[in-house]
Amino acid sequence: MSKSQSLPEVSTGDKVATAQLQAAAAGGECLVKIGGDWRLNDPVPSWAGVLGKRTAANVRIVPDDLGNWDTSLVLFLVHSRAWCVESKSDFHAEALPENLQTLLGQVPVNGAAKPATKAAVKSGWELASLIATKWALHVKQIVSFLGECTLGFIGEAKNPRRFRWLDCLVEMQQCWASSLPMVSLVSFLVGVILAFQSAVQLQQFGAAIYVADLVGLSVVRELGPMMAAFIVAGGTGARFAAQLGNMKVDEEIDALETVGISSVNFLALPRILAVTLMMPILALYANVLGILGGMFVSATMLNIPVSAYWIETQNRVGVPDVTNGLLKCLFFGLAVGLAGCLRGMKCERSAAGVGTATSSAVVTGILLIVLADAVFAVIFNVLGI
Amino acid sequence: MKNDPTAPVIEVKSLTCGYGETVVLQNLSFAVHAREVLFVIGGSGCGKSTLLRCLIGLLKPFHGDIAYFGKSFTAADTGQRRDILKTFGVLYQNNALWSSMTLAENISLPLEEHTSLSRADRAEIVALKLTEVGLAGSEDLYPSELSGGMQKRAALARALALDPAIVFFDEPSEGLDPIISREMDQLILQVRENFGTTMIIVSHQLSSIFRLADRVIMLNPETKGIIAEGVPAELAATNTDPRVRDFLCQGKDLPKRPNENSTEGSNLITK
Repeated sequence: MSKSQSLPEVSTGDKVATAQLQAAAAGGECLVKIGGDWRLNDPVPSWAGVLGKRTAANVRIVPDDLGNWDTSLVLFLVHSRAWCVESKSDFHAEALPENLQTLLGQVPVNGAAKPATKAAVKSGWELASLIATKWALHVKQIVSFLGECTLGFIGEAKNPRRFRWLDCLVEMQQCWASSLPMVSLVSFLVGVILAFQSAVQLQQFGAAIYVADLVGLSVVRELGPMMAAFIVAGGTGARFAAQLGNMKVDEEIDALETVGISSVNFLALPRILAVTLMMPILALYANVLGILGGMFVSATMLNIPVSAYWIETQNRVGVPDVTNGLLKCLFFGLAVGLAGCLRGMKCERSAAGVGTATSSAVVTGILLIVLADAVFAVIFNVLGI
Repeated sequence: MKNDPTAPVIEVKSLTCGYGETVVLQNLSFAVHAREVLFVIGGSGCGKSTLLRCLIGLLKPFHGDIAYFGKSFTAADTGQRRDILKTFGVLYQNNALWSSMTLAENISLPLEEHTSLSRADRAEIVALKLTEVGLAGSEDLYPSELSGGMQKRAALARALALDPAIVFFDEPSEGLDPIISREMDQLILQVRENFGTTMIIVSHQLSSIFRLADRVIMLNPETKGIIAEGVPAELAATNTDPRVRDFLCQGKDLPKRPNENSTEGSNLITK
């Protein structure tokens, strides 16, 4: 260690480390002697510290009592070579041990060539067109899947005995069982909240009894079906996507296709039918719970007797109101089933793909529900019902 | 369908396929003959699985034609396609047993779909197939209740459900220990012996290649085509292409050829 200090020009021998380095510049050539043990865990000299801002036409690196070394030395040599390339000096490392030269030779001089990646998006315009293409693809997927399902459905209708009725029933049961607690709680609370909020306003005008009208109409026409549909989208739709996505990852869907069974007919149709049939039933149940919620608030806070509330509701809420809501539900169910099955069957073949498919199924489901609801609002308005 | 014994069972003519805009295989032509065990080999990413997906109809080729027993699969309409699908079984890499069904249901579904057998007959065939692969009595188990090797056997039973003339295997010994892998190889040979089934196996398990293959075709990602074709032992001994030698001679599984004790043989192994 001591000899590194004795040379005149530059010496950056570290006192703590065993790695040693001596640099001497003479006549445009810089002679760098490296010695000692070079360990990643110990402090080692850095190339930047050797020459500072000096230049040399020639850098020659020679071993001088070089002990054990590891990647730290290779890294040092790579740095020194890079410096030489940058300052247009010649780099000579021929005197170094052969294995060290081989290692150095494996590192490309100008850094590793990176494989071509997708060009980065430059302008906002390009970004917009990318997003538009993506959405167009989504719409195309949904429409073509809807077409596949329709064709499959026509095929099954011609031969209804072949339809997987058992799967359909099992899915209906699952859908009902998994959604019921949430639908009960949420619709009851929605009824309570609605009644409570409107009561505060209506009481000022002595019109508290109209709470029954407000709760009854909004729950039966909109909120009951919507709440049921959202809960089913989050539960059953997500389950479909995860289930089918996993089947896709495990090649189970491929296996169906190569056996000559249409995966749409076999997997998607029973599920879509199940959720389409279950949705109105769940919505009807949600309606009842919502009205009960309103009744509860009226009876406890507004001192309106239950019988009066019920008569008022009966007077205001007609059969068409209920059937309109339930009719919409068929389409909500269709939307949830389609979104779940589509996302599952187009799932990417990876664990992350299943996750994306699941969340995307819920998002698509809710989006389609809201779109359908808007369309129905216009239709019912035009038809005056 | 199987009138002419010399005619190829599968004929692939100038097949080009890939995903999106990426061409994986270009202008590929080969034929598979009856009772043959053909291995498709090559390093990762060479297009083995892509070729398999094309052959079994999961991927539509860009150009070219695949014909089964002289009938085009690529140009087939729905009915013809169903007929062709009936002639082959597929053993998937992850077995792809339908997880929501028992083994019996897994095996009887293809029968239900393609035959008019009664329920009792189907049950008998299921029992027979399960016995054939050494899983007698496990009709009512679900795939998740089986070990990896047993799942592989069950998947083979399902692939054989319709007594297909051709069976495709995607990495049949992937993830199996050497002993079970050898048992699987034996099972494959036994099936060929019993039913004269043609087999196309995608694999890079050297031991299986030398044990089973009548012929191998080797794919390469750079040329996007076949770089070698022949009997594996001969290829290993005589082919001079370094890519082929590297692949076939990488391990120590090279079978000892008794009448060949030249230095070249030993060089092959150490290289």
